[in-house]
Amino acid sequence: MPFSVRLTVNGTDYEHEVEHRQLLTEYLREVLGLTGTHVGCDTSGCGACTVLLDGKAVKSCTVLTAQADGGNVTTIEGLANGNELHPLQEAFNVEHGLQCGFCTPGMIMAGLELLDRNPNPSNEEIRHALEGNLCRCTGYENIVRSIKYAAAKS
Amino acid sequence: MVKVIGESVKRVEDRRFITGRARYTDDIKLPRMTYASIVRSPHAHARINGIDVAEASAAPGVVAVFKGEDLHQESVISVPCGWQVDFKNGDQMLEPPHPVLASGKVRHVGDAVAVVVAESAAQAKDAAELVEVDYEVLEFVVDSLEAVADGAPLVHDDVPDNIPFDWELGDQEKTDAAMAAADHVVTLEYRNQRLIPNAIEPRSAIGDYDVASEHYTLYTSSQNPHVIRLLMCAFVLNLPEHKVRIVSPDVGGGFGSKIPHYIEEALVTWCAGQLGRPVKWTAERSESFTTDVHGRDHVTKAELGLDNDGNFVGLRVKTYANMGAYLSTFSSCIPTYLHGTLMQGLYTTPAIHVDVTAVFTNTTPTDAYRGAGRPEATYLLERLVDQAALKLGYDPVELRKKNFIPPFDGVNQPGYETQVAMTYDSGDYEPVLNRALEMLDYEAVRKEQAAARTQGRLLGIGFSTYVEACGIAPSAVVGALGARAGLFESAVVRVQPTGKVTVLVGSHSHGQGHETTFSQLVADRLGVPMDDVDIVHGDTDLVPFGMGTYGSRSLAVGGSAIVKSLDKVIEKGTTIAAHLMEAAAEDLEFAEGKWTVKGTDRSITFGDVALTAYVPHNYPEGLEPGLDFTSFYDPVNFTFPFGAHIAVVEVDADTGKVTLKRFVACDDVGNVVNPMIVDGQVHGGLAQGIGQALLEGALYDDNAQLISASYMDYAMPRADDFPEFEIDRCVTPCPHNPLGVKGAGETGTIGSTPAIVNAVLDALWHLGVRDMEMPLTPESVWRAINAAASI
Repeated sequence: MPFSVRLTVNGTDYEHEVEHRQLLTEYLREVLGLTGTHVGCDTSGCGACTVLLDGKAVKSCTVLTAQADGGNVTTIEGLANGNELHPLQEAFNVEHGLQCGFCTPGMIMAGLELLDRNPNPSNEEIRHALEGNLCRCTGYENIVRSIKYAAAKS
Repeated sequence: MVKVIGESVKRVEDRRFITGRARYTDDIKLPRMTYASIVRSPHAHARINGIDVAEASAAPGVVAVFKGEDLHQESVISVPCGWQVDFKNGDQMLEPPHPVLASGKVRHVGDAVAVVVAESAAQAKDAAELVEVDYEVLEFVVDSLEAVADGAPLVHDDVPDNIPFDWELGDQEKTDAAMAAADHVVTLEYRNQRLIPNAIEPRSAIGDYDVASEHYTLYTSSQNPHVIRLLMCAFVLNLPEHKVRIVSPDVGGGFGSKIPHYIEEALVTWCAGQLGRPVKWTAERSESFTTDVHGRDHVTKAELGLDNDGNFVGLRVKTYANMGAYLSTFSSCIPTYLHGTLMQGLYTTPAIHVDVTAVFTNTTPTDAYRGAGRPEATYLLERLVDQAALKLGYDPVELRKKNFIPPFDGVNQPGYETQVAMTYDSGDYEPVLNRALEMLDYEAVRKEQAAARTQGRLLGIGFSTYVEACGIAPSAVVGALGARAGLFESAVVRVQPTGKVTVLVGSHSHGQGHETTFSQLVADRLGVPMDDVDIVHGDTDLVPFGMGTYGSRSLAVGGSAIVKSLDKVIEKGTTIAAHLMEAAAEDLEFAEGKWTVKGTDRSITFGDVALTAYVPHNYPEGLEPGLDFTSFYDPVNFTFPFGAHIAVVEVDADTGKVTLKRFVACDDVGNVVNPMIVDGQVHGGLAQGIGQALLEGALYDDNAQLISASYMDYAMPRADDFPEFEIDRCVTPCPHNPLGVKGAGETGTIGSTPAIVNAVLDALWHLGVRDMEMPLTPESVWRAINAAASI
């Protein structure tokens, strides 16, 4: 039996019939074609699928689309203002906070929520806040610097 | 002109990644695409007595179900190994089949048994649950020492003692004599534990077949698309190579795990041919854990002989290398030619012998993981050196310096001939160590350690000085050693009529930032803005045959191929410019994007020459139009980066927890094109090396189930596991490639692991702790402290 959902994603309202078991990440990737949200583990272990749901960072691989019904979702595709990058996006470029880029959308979304809660975090607070997001490329150092850069800029 | 080489130019490829517009294999959706789910063995070793696919075939959305016998009727052959390492006695390497889908038997948990193709991924997964496999469970073996013991179950019936090959290097007689005569012999027996690479992008593959043109396309998350095409076409599916295109689009990390040709690549390609529809497979993370190749897994006994003055007089090594259930693509060269050949380290040890036995077990196949053999060699050497220092009362710095090979630049002094078949290109080992000591303030930290000890705090300082081999590799040399491929690299420099430049490269970037670094080479050489350069990689229909990216080879080998083509562009451009300016070619000089007649202000721009090459109205007689050159660069030698790493740790005696307080690394990777990118490579490498020392390890239980098969169970390094790294570099150029570069992708991983373990032992030595197995978890450290206290 399909389930009817209404969501706002990156400022656009959508209404779709979805399977009960469909995950939010599948909805974003398969239904809306927003492939910037990545699936690294399917078990909320890696954080590559992190998006904002009603302002909170959630791992969209373990949220049902149905659970997000009525919610407001922001994905990596929703951050830039046209060609103008969000300060966090700019920061990841300036501070070389990414290599292969696969964890990057999730890192940026996790960083976004952190800066929302704590606009001027210490290195330790940043490292603690990113514990749920795995990166195999960078050793995290430049990700921490990126978030510091964005904090200083905002 | 703006200097571009040696500058930390921001990455030009970043925009697509930070805006969510990158395109990884799983992001690709083709018309009429179907989805594959693979039925995998839950058993480590079992005979397949039957597979019932009736219920699965009838499930909603299912398009087809295939099992091993379906493929083998179509002449699908097994996946080959890419490197033949023959037995010491000359017998040929035993290479049992690695079937695309299991045939008769399964040999590790995760071995592929059948594939279900359906209209949606969910339907494929649902139906895969309905495939009934009748397994007859067989005895299995996981541990390499148990596998070579008498009476061990055989992983392959036709491989006696589970040994596909053994191997040795160095002079055994001389080494045995040196060890017998040594005043001291320091011995370590340990496991270099099995690791799981864990690229964050799970592997993914899409097969597509165009019935009309009989062309296949395979999209795959690979580090080396041409290698995949060659292996799959020539050895597995018997397809005409000119009708097969492999695309490796954005790839989310490799670390070696995306080098091998995997069965899933052949499987989706074959399925697409059968069905006439695209077939996509993307690994779930649990599949990644059980079927991505694993790394390391050596059991080693290593002995270092010293005389009474602290000189190293001999090194003797015996290693059992766990290959897992099949020989993966490059698995055989890793414990041998990428491990045994590094046993000289940066020391003058005059007698070395290394003996390796490869072993099959009922585990996931092993292959390259960042460093691939060199981390294992460095761990062995550097643990021995610090162990010798602690045991015999030397300062680890002085003991190293006493045994360092004297400086040689490979130009005025010849390269250094090792006891183990390598000729180091250039090396100057004291400066990196001195710089690292300076960054650390060694004397102050030793004082801090002594003061801390009086307060009952356990501080330790650990060292690692390493040399490694990368820039892989001279084809003739590796061919003589059993490689079934050449290891050159290719590059096309295609100057467009408007002077813009497209560069097509056979290497592949999956995080290394090639689009930036290679553009810097072009901008520097041709004097064009970086914005005018585009780098294309990862598509076998576009780029010339290349070997891909691994072994820190892309700049040293691939970058050198680009330079060759750039030089050809400039040479031909000079002929055109000379014609246009009615001057002799030898009177021209090319700099900053224009040709100038020496001593005059007469010049012509690169763009004008490019346009002339494609609009050749006023053109040198006999010269072909166009400005487009392909080059293949085959290096004359490996490159040998080196460095010094120092770890400072504090151990909590009550909990066993190790806190990494500082990590100092001074590396010498030759010339550097983009320091920011090299720093990033070092950071990431350090995290993986430190991860091995403190956190990571693949664990099989008594039933040969991989119990570290999720991110809940496998301890991946996280952001709060590290201090800020303190890194610097010295520069000793490589003498044999045009850029003087050596390679920076793996130094962090190769150097760091023993420094951590050495530091922990330095902290605990006075308590009686003499050795520990990685990873140094709080439990293992706590147990070691308490075991020592109870003696």
